[in-house]
Amino acid sequence: MIALSPLNERRLNNFKKNRRAVWSLWVFTVLFGLSLFAEFLANDKPILVSYRGELYTPVTQFYPETKFGGDFKTEATYRDPEVQCLIRSGGMELCFDNPERYLQLISNGKMNADTEGFYQGWMIWPPVPYSYDTPNDLGRSAPSPPDASHWLGTDDTTRDVLARVIYGFRLSILFALVVTIFASIIGIVAGAIQGYFGGWLDLLFQRFLEVFSALPSLYVIIILTAILGRSFWLLATLSIIFGWPALTGLIRAEFFRARNFEYVRAAEALGVSNWTIMMRHILPNAMVATLTFLPFIVTGAISTLAGLDFLGFGLPSSSPSLGELSQQAKLNLQSPHLGFTAFLVFTVMLSLLVFIFEGVRDAFDPRKVFQ
Amino acid sequence: MKLLDIQNLSIQFAQDGKTSAAVDKVSFSIMAGETVAIVGESGSGKSVTALSTVDLLPKNAMVQGSITYRGEEMVGASETTLQRIRGNNISFIFQEPMTSLNPLHTIEKQLGESLSVHQGLQGLDLRHRILELLAKVGIPDAVMRLKSYPHQLSGGQRQRVMIAMALANEPELLIADEPTTALDVTIEAQILDLLKELQRTEGLSLIFITHDLGVVRKIADRVIVMQRGTVVESGNTSQIFDAPEHQYTKLLLDAETVGVPEPVPANASELLATEKLKVWFPIQRGLLRRTIGHVKAVNDATLSVREGETLGVVGESGSGKTSLALAITRLILSENRISFKGQDINGLSRRKMRSIRSKIQIVFQDPFGSLSPRMSVMEIVAEGLQVHNKSNKKTHRSAVASILNEVGLDPATMDRYPHEFSGGQRQRIAIARAMILKPKFVVLDEPTSALDRTVQMQIVDLLRALQIKYQLGYLFISHDLKIVRALSHKVIVMKDGDIVEHGASARIFDNPQHAYTKTLLAAALG
Repeated sequence: MIALSPLNERRLNNFKKNRRAVWSLWVFTVLFGLSLFAEFLANDKPILVSYRGELYTPVTQFYPETKFGGDFKTEATYRDPEVQCLIRSGGMELCFDNPERYLQLISNGKMNADTEGFYQGWMIWPPVPYSYDTPNDLGRSAPSPPDASHWLGTDDTTRDVLARVIYGFRLSILFALVVTIFASIIGIVAGAIQGYFGGWLDLLFQRFLEVFSALPSLYVIIILTAILGRSFWLLATLSIIFGWPALTGLIRAEFFRARNFEYVRAAEALGVSNWTIMMRHILPNAMVATLTFLPFIVTGAISTLAGLDFLGFGLPSSSPSLGELSQQAKLNLQSPHLGFTAFLVFTVMLSLLVFIFEGVRDAFDPRKVFQ
Repeated sequence: MKLLDIQNLSIQFAQDGKTSAAVDKVSFSIMAGETVAIVGESGSGKSVTALSTVDLLPKNAMVQGSITYRGEEMVGASETTLQRIRGNNISFIFQEPMTSLNPLHTIEKQLGESLSVHQGLQGLDLRHRILELLAKVGIPDAVMRLKSYPHQLSGGQRQRVMIAMALANEPELLIADEPTTALDVTIEAQILDLLKELQRTEGLSLIFITHDLGVVRKIADRVIVMQRGTVVESGNTSQIFDAPEHQYTKLLLDAETVGVPEPVPANASELLATEKLKVWFPIQRGLLRRTIGHVKAVNDATLSVREGETLGVVGESGSGKTSLALAITRLILSENRISFKGQDINGLSRRKMRSIRSKIQIVFQDPFGSLSPRMSVMEIVAEGLQVHNKSNKKTHRSAVASILNEVGLDPATMDRYPHEFSGGQRQRIAIARAMILKPKFVVLDEPTSALDRTVQMQIVDLLRALQIKYQLGYLFISHDLKIVRALSHKVIVMKDGDIVEHGASARIFDNPQHAYTKTLLAAALG
């Protein structure tokens, strides 16, 4: 257990007293924790397979169809009735002729251990047996409204919306975290150097920032994605490059202020190095301001990603993106389930984040008195 | 006639589910036209008592008892009643005139606001009244000053404007909460004269809250002494000063008497000296930022300190005392020679300076601001060791323990954080931080000004003891002449960056030559 300083202990207690923030944190932790295991929640591969008495884990490992008595050396398509029949019957050749009939016989118990060559096998499927990019044979036009097999319906390329939401939620949060962490680190270091050393360095850096922030980020993103192709990391890198100046001004001002604090002067008089002074004495003061600003960066990153996806300049079209869901909702007004889903997911996600950070900010506010 | 009557007043503050008592069963009353001083150290509940009269306390305060103003109950009174009384019948003057005035409004606007709200004055009438008030509080060229902003006024003038604001609605009771603490001695004397004069001409009652007994003697009819939330003694001023009864009052009065420092051994060698030290800040103008002049913060300062000797530096705010301190410790740039044990340190590189830093240390004024709130005492005190004694990490803890012992703190408290200590204890921590490197020369920049008198005396005793034990050289900066006299062997007097007078302490105090020194002494000790 890390020993908390009395100050942090008070902050923790203050945070705990904000029930909305605490509940939001719990709900968000559970949702995000679950979404980290999205492969086990929504996937077109079973979690566990028993074939001829041996156990297989298709979610984490690659198995060719031949492993289950099939013909192809490519990965087994577990949703295919033939593969399902092969697994459940222990590799009977009959499955190649009429898999649906034999699957039914196995379910009825008409085909059992007494049948020659039969070896009982089974599969455990995730609660949502589709991945974000699984095409479905719907037998009607897509997008289809919610029904028993697709709880949130399907999108215009027959993919399951629930599966896409689960993966999309994870992707948005991870994107936001990556962007926030790296943009904050760069922004803090840049602001710290500017504020601490001041003078010419600060002057030149400020002018550079002015020019830099005048760059039209959207065009740069369009041009670079055209050259380099769309990908998660390219988008994240660009968001970091255009996102870090947000914190710099704030940190710079905090360092300017703290630069002349007496305990900073005292440390200087002791001969402490600049770097140590910045890290140990000034940065902790600047952290409160940073924390206040953090929710804007996090929600901003999520909205940026969604906006770019909506415009079609975001992630590759196969990725599970909430922005793309919104775009589909706009193009398919006859299927309101798309729009409602996208709206609700964004609302819940952003509200939870805002509530949590609101609690954090209040907890750090020294003037806030809790009776 | 009783103007304000306080009976059995108790105030508690609730925070994080805990309550702490600030005031405990306090009773006193103020007559019309009377000046009453409430005296006590910080934390004695004197300000809280005053603020509670018109319910200006923060929301987490719980008030019990009775406060009546002209027979009208104030505890639990409605907001409208309180607003009628506030500013109209009872006015306040606070300690810090800079933060009490809105920096974005002109003097005319700030004064006019309350006049037009409470009295409905407009246009020329309003302006006449404002000018009348400014004249009353002694602001020269009142017409010129109407359009000035607070930062264009000096500290004393700002406090005068604050008094004018307090007087605007002709209150019957003026509550002055340490109104002169932030001011220089000469200004303090002027403000006290002004308050005394106003009290006589306007027939005001005055509650004067202070920790400075010298001020009390000059202004008060009656004195109420508070300690830890209770009234320990009250009576006429002369009675309290001549025949104090309570132990605590005696302690406060005793703290006024100061000794003189031990003489320096005759063979003591020179430790630190400067020759015509200059700290000039350039004033730059125009596109090419040409230097058109200098702000001479310190001009041609020549001084020397021997081992075991204290050089006192006195002067008002803005006289360059702190710039001198920072220049000698090489925390700001300066010109000309600073020699430490014969070596010129004013040209040394950062790297070479680092080894000398352990020999020259500085202790700052504000015991709250000079300790990082996020570090434990152990971390704060050991910081110097981490720079200068990296090899022996294991001995740091015992080194910190022994230095804490030496400055009079319990080593068992070393893992606590600064906010758990009182002002005096924090200043001891700051001294421990400077002393742990066993310096030869310590710059003390107003180390006692933020502390209560009794605590100041303890710190002075500590500094004296350390000086004798280690033969330390001190550069002691203060605007408090009593403390300077208690510690210094030699004194320099600074004004506007120049040293106007220097000499042995006894000579300066008993026979000042320069006119400025004379005024300073008259204001402080007279």
